[in-house]
Amino acid sequence: MAQSANADLKTRLQNWIPKLVLSPSLAVILVFVYGFILFSVYLSFTDSRILPSYGWVGWENYSKLWRLSHWEISLTNMGIFALLYITLCTAIGLGLAIFLDQKIRGEGMLRPLYLYPMALSFIVTGTAWKWFLDPGIGLENVMHTWGWESFKFDWIKNRDYAIYTVVLAAVWQTSGFVMAMFLAGLRGIDNEILKAAQMDGASNWNLYRRIIIPQLRPAFLSAFVILSHLAIKTFDLVIALTGGGPGRATELPATFMYSYTFTRNQMGIGSASATIMLMAIAAIMVPYLYSELREKR
Amino acid sequence: MRVFTKTKGAIVGALLASTSMAQAADVEVLHWWTSGGEAAALNVLKQDLEGQSVGWQDMPVAGGGGEQAMTVLRARVTAGNPPTAVQALGFDILDWADQGALANLNDVAAKEGWDAVVPDALKAFAKADGKWVSAPVNVHSTNWVWANKAVLDANGIAQPTSWDEFVSAVEALKAAGVTPIAHGGQAWQDATVFDAVAMGALGPDGYKAAFIDLDSATLGSDAMKTAFDRMAFIRDNVDDNFSGRDWNLATAMVINGEAGFQMMGDWAKGEFLNAGKVPGEDFLCFRFPGTAEQVTFNADQFMMFDQGGEVSSEQAALASAILSPSFQSAFNVVKGSVPARTDVSDADFDACGKQGMKDLAAAASSGNLFGSMAHGHAAPASVKNAVYDVVTAHFNGEYDSETAVQELVDAVEIAQ
Amino acid sequence: MSVATQDTAIRTGRVTRTLIYVVLILFALFYLLPLYVMLVNSVKPLEEITGGGMMSLPDAFTIEPWKQAWASAQIGVEPTGLKPYFWNSIKMVVPAVTISTVLGALNGYVLTKWRFKGDTILFGLMLFACFIPFQIVLIPMARMLGLMGLAGSTYGLSFVHIVFGIGFTTLYFRNYYAVFPTELIRAAQIDGAGFFQIFWRILLPSSGPIAVVSVIWQFTNIWNDFLFGASFADASSQPMTVALNNLVQSSTGVKEYNVHFAGAILAAMPTLFVYIVAGRYFVRGLMAGSVKG
Repeated sequence: MAQSANADLKTRLQNWIPKLVLSPSLAVILVFVYGFILFSVYLSFTDSRILPSYGWVGWENYSKLWRLSHWEISLTNMGIFALLYITLCTAIGLGLAIFLDQKIRGEGMLRPLYLYPMALSFIVTGTAWKWFLDPGIGLENVMHTWGWESFKFDWIKNRDYAIYTVVLAAVWQTSGFVMAMFLAGLRGIDNEILKAAQMDGASNWNLYRRIIIPQLRPAFLSAFVILSHLAIKTFDLVIALTGGGPGRATELPATFMYSYTFTRNQMGIGSASATIMLMAIAAIMVPYLYSELREKR
Repeated sequence: MRVFTKTKGAIVGALLASTSMAQAADVEVLHWWTSGGEAAALNVLKQDLEGQSVGWQDMPVAGGGGEQAMTVLRARVTAGNPPTAVQALGFDILDWADQGALANLNDVAAKEGWDAVVPDALKAFAKADGKWVSAPVNVHSTNWVWANKAVLDANGIAQPTSWDEFVSAVEALKAAGVTPIAHGGQAWQDATVFDAVAMGALGPDGYKAAFIDLDSATLGSDAMKTAFDRMAFIRDNVDDNFSGRDWNLATAMVINGEAGFQMMGDWAKGEFLNAGKVPGEDFLCFRFPGTAEQVTFNADQFMMFDQGGEVSSEQAALASAILSPSFQSAFNVVKGSVPARTDVSDADFDACGKQGMKDLAAAASSGNLFGSMAHGHAAPASVKNAVYDVVTAHFNGEYDSETAVQELVDAVEIAQ
Repeated sequence: MSVATQDTAIRTGRVTRTLIYVVLILFALFYLLPLYVMLVNSVKPLEEITGGGMMSLPDAFTIEPWKQAWASAQIGVEPTGLKPYFWNSIKMVVPAVTISTVLGALNGYVLTKWRFKGDTILFGLMLFACFIPFQIVLIPMARMLGLMGLAGSTYGLSFVHIVFGIGFTTLYFRNYYAVFPTELIRAAQIDGAGFFQIFWRILLPSSGPIAVVSVIWQFTNIWNDFLFGASFADASSQPMTVALNNLVQSSTGVKEYNVHFAGAILAAMPTLFVYIVAGRYFVRGLMAGSVKG
C-alpha cells in the first residue's frame, strides 16, 4: 500500500518535471517579450517623449504617424526590401547548394567562404561596402581606371536605387547561410529514389524539379522563417551603409522606430510605429506558424 | 503633461537616491569623444581629477553625434543607474532637467563665479529654472567656411564677403574645372550648411523667429524660399558623388585642392592641422558670406546627474575642473572650438582660434549669438529632425524650393 | 568533411561541370570582396587611403594599424586599444551561449518527448518571440534589470541575451529531437529511467551536431550585438562591439581608416574562427535536424 502510494507520487512528480523544466523559459518569455509588447502598445497611446510617461492621448500618435511621408517611405522600402531579399537569398542559396552538391573538388574550402559573412556584423563590414559601392572610389572608379569609361554604378547615390544596394549587402551576408540550409537538405535526400528515377530515364532537370526540390520543403520553410525575421530586424545595415539616405530614401520601419523613439524624443510615435510593425509581423507569422505546427502533430 | 513630468521626476529622483552611492570616490562619465585628439584632450581632465584623487570611470559611446550616447543614457536612467556626468548638447540638457534628474550646481557656480564669465546664450542651456545643471566645455560655431588658399589664389579669387561674391567665386572655380564646394550628403551636414545659408538669407531676426521661436509665418516666408534657392545653388556646385560622404572626406578634398570651399563647423580645423596645414597660409577660415557678424553655436556640456539630493565632492570637483581656465584653454586648442568662458587667454590658440574667440565675444555682446538649428541649440530634437527631413529632401531633389517651404511649415508643426 | 560530401546520384557532363566551377568561384569572389577591402586597407598608411586608391594594393606595407587597434588606439579617454574589451565580451558570451543552449535542449526535449495539452501553443509563443525587434524592449528591459539589480553588469547582459536567444535554441533542438525515435524513450521509461536520466543518457550523447548549430548561431549573434551591449553595460563591462563602435564612429574627429579596418577584423576574429573551425560540423548539424520537419 505504502509502496504503491510512493510510486504514485513518483509518477506524478515525473509528470510535473517536464512542465517545471519548461516553466522558467516560458515565464521569462511571457514577461520579457509579451509583457514588453503590451507595455509598448500602451505607450503608443500616451504622450511619452523622452522617457515613458502616462498621459493618455488616444489615437493621436497614430494619426500623426500616418501624416508623415517618411513613414510611408519606410513601409514601401520594407516591401521592396523583404520581397527581393527573401527571393534572392533563397534563389542564390538553393542554386549554390545544388552546384556544391555535384561532388565539387574544394567544397571544404568554398563552403566557409560562402558562410563567413554571417559571422560579421555590419559595424564591421558597413564601411567596406560603402566604399565599394561609392562611385568615386569603388567599383565604378576601378572600372574606369581599367579603361571601361562608360561603366556606371552609382546606385547608392541615387534615391530611386539606393534601396537595392541595401538588398545587395544583405543578400551578401545571408545567402551563404541559406545555402548551408539547402545543402543540408540535399544531403538528407535518399539516393535510392534518385537512382531509380534515373533508371527510368529522367533528365537532371526533371530530377530536380520533380523529386529533389519538392523534398526540400522543410528547408524552404526554415529559410523563410530565418530570412523574414532578419528582414524585419534589418537595422545596423542601413545605419552603416546609407544612414537612411540619400535624403530619407532607405529608411526602414526599424530605423524609423528607433529614430522617433530615441533621437527625436517622440517615444509615443515611435511606439505607435512599433505596434504597427508587430501587427504586420503577426499577420504574416501567425497563420504560417499555425499551419506549420498543426501539420506536425 | 506638466503633472506627469513632476511625478516622473520624483520617481527618477527616488531611483537615483537608492542606487547612485555605489562608487564613492569615482566619477563615471558618459561621452562620445572617442577619436584620438578629442579623447586625448579629455584625458587632461581625467588627470586633473586624479591629481585630486578622484577616480575617472570612462564610459564612451560614440555614434551619430551623440545620438547613441543619448539612447544609452535613457537606458541607464531607466535602470536607476545613471552616470555621474554626461556629455550633452542643448535641448537634451533642458529635457533632462525637466525630468528632475539633474543636480543643482549653484553652490559650485557661485564659488567659481560662473555667472560672470559664461555668455548668456550658453547659460540658457546650462541653467534650468535658475539652477546650474551642467558645466559647458566649449563653444563650437557652425557658420564657418574653409577654403584652400592655393586654389583660390590660382583662380584669382579673394575671400568672398557677400552671397553675390560667393556666387561669382563658385562660378569661377567651376569654370576652372575645380569642384567649387566639397560637401558630404548626410542629413546633419546638409542642415549645417542650411544654418549658415538661412542666417544669411533671413538675417539674425528672421533666423531667430523661424528656428528659435518657430514662427510659422517666418518659416513660410519668401526669405525662406530664398534660403532654399541658395541651397539649390550649392547643390548644383558640389560634385556628383557627395551623397553619404563623411564630412572629413569632404574636408580632405579641400586639403588636397580638389575642391575650393567647405561649409562646416570649426571641428574641421583639426583635419587641416593634422595634415600639416597652416591657417592663413595654406587654408582660410572665414564666416559664411553675409553672416560675418553672427555666430551660430553649439556647445558641448557635461550635465551632472542628481546624486541623491546633494552634489558630491567628486561631482563638484569635476564641474569646477571643467570650467577652469587652464582646462578650457588646453582642451579647446586641441578640439578646434573656443572656450565656454570669455575670460580665457587666447595666447595658445592659432589664427582661426583667435578669430573664433574674438567673434564669439563680439557676437555675445551685440546679441548676435544664436543657437545652431542643425546642432540642437535652436529647437528641441523633434523639431530639429523635422527640419533635417525637409532640408535633406530638398537638397536631394525631392522637393523644389516652394514645396520645401510648405513642407517645412508642416513638419515643424507636426513635430511640436 | 567526409560526412558532408555524401555520394550523389546526379551525373554531369564536362561542360556543365566547368560552368558550375566558374559560377562557384565567381560567388566566392563576391563573398570575399568586402574582406579584401578591409584587409588591403588595414595594412596601408593613412595617407595612402585618404589620397585615393582605396581599392588598390598597398604601396607601403605596414602592420602598425593592427598593433594600434589592439593595444594603443584611443577608445575612450585612455589609449587602451581593443584588448581589455575582448575579455568583457568573452565573459558575457560564454555563459550566455551555454545557458541558452542548455535551456533550448531541455525545452526541445520536453516539447517533443513529454508532450502535453497546449504544448504546441507554448512553442508557437516561444517562436514568435524571435521576431520581436530589439529596439522596442530597450527601455522596459532597462527598468527590469534595474529592479533585479543587474543593471550595468556582465550578468545583466548575459541574462538579456539568454532571454532573447531561447526562442531560437528551442526551435533548433525541438526540430532535431522531433525525428529522434520516441520508442527508445518509451523503452527507457519502462526500465524505470527518469526524466533527467533519459535526457542525459539517451538524447544528449547524440545531440552534438545540433548543439554545434545552436552554439554557432548564439555565439555570432551575441558577440556581434551592439544595441544591448551599449545600453546595458557600464564602464567596466562594455563588450568589444561597443569599443569597436567607439573606435570607428567619431563624429568630429580625425578618422584613421586603416586602424578602423584592423580593429574591425580583430573584433570579428572569434566569430570567424568559430565559423571556420566549426563550419564543417555546421552543415552536418543542420542536416541532422533543423531543416527537417
